[in-house]
Amino acid sequence: MAKLSLEELGKLRQNKQREMSGRETADKNVEIIVGMGTSGIASGAKQTLDAFLAELTEQHLTNVSVRQTGSMGLDHAEPTVEVKMPGMPDIIYGKVDAETAVKIVRKHVLGKTLVNDHIFDRPAADINK
Amino acid sequence: MAFTHYILVCGGTGCESNKSDLIYKNLFHEAEAANIKDSVQIVKTGCFGFCERGPIVKILPDESFYVGVTPEDAKDIINEHIVKGRPVTRLLYKEAESKAFVRVEDIRFYQKQFRVVLRNCGVINPEDIQEYIGRDGYRALERALFELSPDQVINELKVAGLRGRGGAGFPTWLKWDLTKKAQSEQKYIICNADEGDPGAYMDRSVLEGDPHSVLEAMTIAGKAVGANQGYIYCRAEYPLAIFRLETAIRQANELGLLGDKILGSDFSFNIEVRLGAGAFVCGEETALIASIEGGRGMPHPRPPFPAQSGLWGKPTIINNVETLANVPVILTRGGDWFAKIGTDKSKGTKVFALTGKINNSGLVEVPMGTPLRDIIYNIGGGIPGGKKFKAIQTGGPSGGVITADYIDTPIDYEHLQALGSIMGSGGMIVMDEDDCMIDVAKFYLGFAVDESCGKCAPCRIGSRQLLGMLESISKGTAEPDVMQKLAQVGKAMQRASLCGLGQNSPNPVLSTLRYFEDEYRAHIEEHRCPAGKCKELVTYLILDDKCIGCSLCERRCPSGAISGEKRKPYLINQDLCIKCGECYSVCKFSAVSRDSKVAPKPQPVHA
Repeated sequence: MAKLSLEELGKLRQNKQREMSGRETADKNVEIIVGMGTSGIASGAKQTLDAFLAELTEQHLTNVSVRQTGSMGLDHAEPTVEVKMPGMPDIIYGKVDAETAVKIVRKHVLGKTLVNDHIFDRPAADINK
Repeated sequence: MAFTHYILVCGGTGCESNKSDLIYKNLFHEAEAANIKDSVQIVKTGCFGFCERGPIVKILPDESFYVGVTPEDAKDIINEHIVKGRPVTRLLYKEAESKAFVRVEDIRFYQKQFRVVLRNCGVINPEDIQEYIGRDGYRALERALFELSPDQVINELKVAGLRGRGGAGFPTWLKWDLTKKAQSEQKYIICNADEGDPGAYMDRSVLEGDPHSVLEAMTIAGKAVGANQGYIYCRAEYPLAIFRLETAIRQANELGLLGDKILGSDFSFNIEVRLGAGAFVCGEETALIASIEGGRGMPHPRPPFPAQSGLWGKPTIINNVETLANVPVILTRGGDWFAKIGTDKSKGTKVFALTGKINNSGLVEVPMGTPLRDIIYNIGGGIPGGKKFKAIQTGGPSGGVITADYIDTPIDYEHLQALGSIMGSGGMIVMDEDDCMIDVAKFYLGFAVDESCGKCAPCRIGSRQLLGMLESISKGTAEPDVMQKLAQVGKAMQRASLCGLGQNSPNPVLSTLRYFEDEYRAHIEEHRCPAGKCKELVTYLILDDKCIGCSLCERRCPSGAISGEKRKPYLINQDLCIKCGECYSVCKFSAVSRDSKVAPKPQPVHA
């Protein structure tokens, strides 16, 4: 992308905002967001990410996007993963190892059922909303 | 099969001990009785971090947050809330009580933390500039370039009351104003990302999770004071942060948000990363500048301050990562908005790295003025294993301890200073009854000895003297007047050291002397360590009147020092005992003492 002018930046911001809030109707309407700060990676977040990708392939799910993010600060519960999908509340899961990742895909994404014992609370409300 | 409601029952240790398991079971029964067990899912969660108000139950999707729930409430939750759609108002958390420190409209139903600095961490992909832009990113830079004059930008920071978050708490607007007023064709902006305090990693998290917030802030600073070059000094021990910064810089350059003629204005700004080799002293601004210049990381006396003469002798702003991360929000929301958070003299939020003997360790961002108790017992989830809280160490190696008596202290610059500690970078290390304060002071002094640059005698020699004295105390070989000597040397270092490292390294000693004099005396005069840490001063003894001869300690002892006959009191051979404390931890009858005031008599060895 070329250097932006002021107007182009404004348009880009609007478009991105629309895209980020309209994710529910996009092709990939399920988001799995894996925390990949140093604490997460030290606790195995890379293995968790790989486990998600493998299980999604195994289950032939094409509407799920797996993204990375920084650390949420819930260090006692790393690796942390947020799952956002239409028809379900946004859930933050903690202590997600490879086995739990598989459970999340099968129970949460496919079965629309929460996975016991791994749910943590969002630390604070979003000041951007 | 989708559910209409999800009931989340907090399964953290605090709530568990308060019958959350029974609440969970009752909810199942009630759901069955009301015939809705197939349309509502009831789950147990991890700790929600609101422990003093537990047991906690949260209902989704409507996000009702119930506190102080009892097993009997299950009936109302199912029948009133789920079936009839009427939330049980008496159980709802009422935030008005606690949040006196935030008076802005962003508070929704409840807030444990208030994330301004960490607003994008854990939300966006830090390697995608567009996600940053989509969340109001670079809007503040637009204002600084096209809508506000440099004086207006600085005034916004003044109204906000932002103070440096690296530890000194110097008013940020003033630092920028002084640099703006300095006459020079060339000026610099430096971001201090050295983060040397052990146990502090909030800066690292911002750099890894939201690097653009720092880049944007530095560019704004450049516009405000007339600088066109920025450097981020980051310790090489943070490879992921460095990678994310370099990715962000590259992406910003590609979009013209860094580099020549930004966004079509006539302002140009470039940022480069410089790596530090991990020396604590290089977090001190003049030593950091020396390091960037290619010299040894050694401080020099101030004045001149960097605002007058900094990098290569030019006027330089040097700000901490967290300070900078606040700047874009202040410009997009206004200084007024920011000033409504926190206390009179300490505005805004602070990110703390909560570690040590705490259940929910991690990063906590709260408004200034939040009581320490909230951080430890609510958000932090309390002390593991039901152990007793002893003290919390704040401010890293430059800080002091705060004891249980002061647990209701609001956290801000002034209160912490009054207690003999400092805010520092925001490290908070929780200690329990098994931590020895002399051992803690020794750890920090060992750190200071290693990290002292050696340039000035008070620090180079003083820290070594303090460490030597602490070591003698922990071995039971200290002179009777050692506490006075510690205070003398410590105070001399505070007054005469060239930089903050030497001036502050006595703080852990002076603070523990102030609040734990008894513990020092026990070591010095009675030759015992009550917490069981200082091996030479700990004697493990089996109490005859409590021991029932179960032999568990004998089986667990790694050095075969315990012997006895079943059902008769056992005996520890002091010659073989390695003071590991295993017998003390495993005994179910509290029959092992480590805090004996009796000096060990020679013990006969059982055959």
